[in-house]
Amino acid sequence: MEFQVKKEANATVVMITGRMDAVTAPQYESSVNELITGGDTIIVVDFDGLDYISSAGLRGLLVTAKLLKAKGGQLRFANVKGTVREVFDISGFGSIFQMDDSVAESLAKLA
Amino acid sequence: MECEKIACAASVENLHLITEFVEGCAGCSGLEAKKTFGLLIAVEEAFVNICSYAFADGEGKAEDAVEVACGSEGNDFVLEIADKGRQFDVLTLPDPDTTMDVMEREIGGLGVYFIRKLMDDVSYRRENGRNILRLVLGRTRDSLP
Repeated sequence: MEFQVKKEANATVVMITGRMDAVTAPQYESSVNELITGGDTIIVVDFDGLDYISSAGLRGLLVTAKLLKAKGGQLRFANVKGTVREVFDISGFGSIFQMDDSVAESLAKLA
Repeated sequence: MECEKIACAASVENLHLITEFVEGCAGCSGLEAKKTFGLLIAVEEAFVNICSYAFADGEGKAEDAVEVACGSEGNDFVLEIADKGRQFDVLTLPDPDTTMDVMEREIGGLGVYFIRKLMDDVSYRRENGRNILRLVLGRTRDSLP
């Protein structure tokens, strides 16, 4: 999994690509934790390049979501689609997170 | 069932070894992309469970602690994942409450829920000191050779 960070005017955008599984989810967790510790509490995660997620990946998302909530931060997910979206939907995660069709839409909703 | 096999230690770092093997088998047998995706999730969940719970600390290190076999039976694609760990039927775990708020959710149990949900048939048996979880995917008529 690759993890790229881009600072926008009103949020930090995190692009994840590849596979989010039991091996790579801890990398996501620690990278996002670092951002949060560094003061980034408004985060948009861009799933456009993600082609696989398992329950370990969902767990990573949940852990960081809880951490952000505790800090009074905001979190939106963009481009959760295809098979990854199906995993969200069957787990009930799809209706729980703030999901948008594009990063632009996420940023607009945060503004 | 005629099949291919791979064996490894019960360590999460071997996950990609397993998923690449399974992806290869699924590709060779012409399993649809969507079913292959579900299969990869199911096998990850089963393998990670074994790594986390089947063995006491350090006991899953043998190179044959876990074995994954893939093959065809009639129109079905069959995968069996076997471990030499303590006797446990993962299918006895209850499904999680997927309607609860994310902040209240316990994530445990989601793995086995995925296995049940994504496979056409799942069964467990204990055989020769091993736990064997059998995952079955039927091929649709269109995808048959």
